[in-house]
Amino acid sequence: MKKNILTIDRIKHIAQLANLSLDDKELQTYTQQLASVLNYMEILQDVDTKNITPTYQVLDGTTNVYREDVVGKSFSQKEAISQGKRIYEGFFTTRNVFEEARIGESTPVPSQRKVIDKYNAILTKADPKGVVGHKDLFMTKGIETTAGSRVLEGYIPQYNSTVVANFEKAGFKTKYKLNQDAWGHGSSGENSDFGPTKNPWNIKKVAGGSSSGSAVVVATGKVELATATDTCGSIRMPSSFCGVCGIKPTYGAISRYGVIAFASSLDCPGILANSVNSLQKYFDLFSAKDSRDATSQSESREKKKGQLKRVIGIPKEFLGDGIDSEVKKFFLEATEIFKKANYKVLDVSLPHTKYGIAAYYILAPTETASNLARYDGVRYGNDRNYFGPEAKRRIMLGTFVSSSGYTARYYEKAARVRTLIIRDLEKAYQKVDAILAPVSPIPPFNIGQKAGDPLQLYLMDIYAAPASLSGTPSLAIPCGFSKGKLPVGMQIMGPRWSEDMLFDIGKTYQDKTKWHEFRPEN
Amino acid sequence: MSNFVETVGMETHVELRTRSKMFCGCPADHFGKKPNTQTCPVCLGLPGALPVPNKKAIEWSILIGLALNCKINKLSKFDRKHYFYPDLPKGYQISQYDEPIAINGFLDTSFGRVGIERVHIEEDTGKLQHKKINGENLTLVDFNRSGVPLIEIVTKPDIHSGVQAKEFGQKLQQVIRTLGVSDCDMEKGSMRLEANISWGLNWSYKVEVKNLNSFRFVDKAIEFELKRQKQILDKGETPRQETRGWSEGNNETISQRFKETASDYRYFPEPDIPPMEFSDDFIKKLKRKIPRLPDEIAKEFIEKYKVRKSYAQILTGSKSLTEYAYIVFNLALKKKIEPDRMAGIIVNQKVDISKVPPESLLKKIKIKEEGKVTEESELAILVEKAIKELPKAADDYKKGKVNAISVIIGKVMSLSKGHADPIKVKEILHKKLL
Repeated sequence: MKKNILTIDRIKHIAQLANLSLDDKELQTYTQQLASVLNYMEILQDVDTKNITPTYQVLDGTTNVYREDVVGKSFSQKEAISQGKRIYEGFFTTRNVFEEARIGESTPVPSQRKVIDKYNAILTKADPKGVVGHKDLFMTKGIETTAGSRVLEGYIPQYNSTVVANFEKAGFKTKYKLNQDAWGHGSSGENSDFGPTKNPWNIKKVAGGSSSGSAVVVATGKVELATATDTCGSIRMPSSFCGVCGIKPTYGAISRYGVIAFASSLDCPGILANSVNSLQKYFDLFSAKDSRDATSQSESREKKKGQLKRVIGIPKEFLGDGIDSEVKKFFLEATEIFKKANYKVLDVSLPHTKYGIAAYYILAPTETASNLARYDGVRYGNDRNYFGPEAKRRIMLGTFVSSSGYTARYYEKAARVRTLIIRDLEKAYQKVDAILAPVSPIPPFNIGQKAGDPLQLYLMDIYAAPASLSGTPSLAIPCGFSKGKLPVGMQIMGPRWSEDMLFDIGKTYQDKTKWHEFRPEN
Repeated sequence: MSNFVETVGMETHVELRTRSKMFCGCPADHFGKKPNTQTCPVCLGLPGALPVPNKKAIEWSILIGLALNCKINKLSKFDRKHYFYPDLPKGYQISQYDEPIAINGFLDTSFGRVGIERVHIEEDTGKLQHKKINGENLTLVDFNRSGVPLIEIVTKPDIHSGVQAKEFGQKLQQVIRTLGVSDCDMEKGSMRLEANISWGLNWSYKVEVKNLNSFRFVDKAIEFELKRQKQILDKGETPRQETRGWSEGNNETISQRFKETASDYRYFPEPDIPPMEFSDDFIKKLKRKIPRLPDEIAKEFIEKYKVRKSYAQILTGSKSLTEYAYIVFNLALKKKIEPDRMAGIIVNQKVDISKVPPESLLKKIKIKEEGKVTEESELAILVEKAIKELPKAADDYKKGKVNAISVIIGKVMSLSKGHADPIKVKEILHKKLL
């Protein structure tokens, strides 16, 4: 790429578009880091996307989802303004819009929050009689919800997410709100503004992210079940690193209403538990259409599934360079279990795998820059100076790749490559029922080990990207322990709405293995 | 380059009068409500909230497109338009970018056809007030209006004068009111006009003028702005491309530099809403719902009832007026009175149609008709009285100021409570004064 694209002036302009005030040091850091990430994105230019239509949503062709013109319940004025910091006679107030003054307007004051548990998995203890833990992206009425970010520190939601409301209706009260990479931005659990979550198998190691707290409380038995979200591995990665089971469902299977948005076309709320059996039991309870989430209305979810072939595919592109030898060994052992269980195991090819990360790290930041635009500190929460470094980095990246003059090269290009990645999978699923793959190329690493090199962390999502970009489900389950006594996981991916099949395959495996029964010493 | 053509394009925003907002169930009727009493997670932009489009608003936007002779896009979608302003709770507005509901229509004015480039749906913003509180300049924000369905109608740069823009705005108001989908009340802000003004596309600048909250201001602002720009062009300079606002007090447009921060809307498809697809059948069904539009009715008034064009246009200005005119015209025909005469009475005497039933309007004219023959002497008395009350006008007329006579005629008309025959009055005045 042309080296001079990212001048300091350009970065300043992007920061202005993103409504971020960056100091000189930040400007320099982001200029460098974005240059390195954008340089990596250049591999997309190798892909021929002529005549390939871009994919912006994965909805089985669903169209025309509307609501009737009926008046519903509004907030009372008191509820509406309850979270505003500066209120005047029923109005929210803000600095006069005609007055310029942004930089240095507020310097974040240090957080007073205390660490609750030894793994820093729990952000808020809610009802002691509660039974379920929610990732802190799930809006819980009356219970602080932070998204792991200081922007929302102290925010008490005025409403419940559909998932939480359904849990409560079914009698499952909220026990904990759980730590996570702020806004879902991370694969290691280190990007929480309230400190990294620690791995219960080895406190020096990362727990995996972004749903780090959810995996830890399930692994340590503090709850039987925790909610989480997966945008590109955020359920699967911590499941793998903590030795628990997690389902990243089909996009649209579980309502996103009231789940703080990271990247709207990719976000999939899901659940974690200690066995596939329990995952399946709860999944059936919470996977449902929601009239408040227009992207949960696909009619395909009710369609009968076809006959199974009992064939499992292994994507050859996943087992090349960059995979840890132990991870690979356990994965190959798992395939042997399936062969013994009368599954045919075939090689399949997902030729666009290597472009997945580049496409994902254009599309997701574009959407996150948009989704995080609402946090201005007027109606709730703190102002934008409270965003942590990773959030700022992704807002800057997303704003840049969708800014005027750059969309064709980045945002649109990535959306076309997304189409090709979906086609790879569709082709594979003509031959196989499911695809078996590792979750992470490496086992859990030391906290802080990869800090300062965002690109290296981004590359850890390589195996997670295909299911996320295609909106297809993937079940992560433990499949071994490394020499360092750290869990190793694998994922079983399938076509859209094939969760039941994935659960069946997962149960077949867990009937014959005991990896999921191991627990860390508490 | 010395090619100067007055070039104006209009952008009109119309709030739909649906019961609920565009993407949530809060009431859409926000006018005069206590601040922040009609909000919910969606229109307040709370974390995690998701939009679900209002079916009626979609149908109504298609109706507007059809009424403006547009092509309805069979595939349409929503997009996010990004900018930061405290009245925009999500930091983006859900709008439509490259697949609007309708494109390529037109609306005729007496000065010529005005092309409609596009009709699209978006959501309204909250409302700001600026106030000094405890010595600090603050902006107050009320989100009751946030998320109210808004239709934007963009014309081609086919308008060439202030009056034409005014007529366009009035006709657009008539059409939309006839559809019954918006109040189009300029004072309450349910119809808002903006004009893009230049002396031709070849000059590669345009000035956007906002804050045009009456048709009169549309006319005045455009005329003012054309003059202002011409003066700059005549000096050999190019006017600055900018946004200006109409200042009622000063009768001029004023630069709104504060709005000119870096703008790059970074549109992208709204991922929270599935795309829309409209079948021919669906569009046909909607088309059948369109009532007869003012132009069509005016044509009937002119051709069938022989009403003059200027009256016909005024009488098709609102649904109730049109209905009233129909009844009056048909009654008139039965009684062998020319509908054009009745039209003249309704228009010139500003008849309060909510108070005067059509039958009594006709009775009035009967009395007048009969009265006119027998009461010439009475008329003379009234004329005498009018001249006494308006000696200056009478003098002026004697000195040759022809127009002065209309003032006296007017006086006689009012003295006779509208029963006098103006032609007779004029004759009597002639005899008296010359």
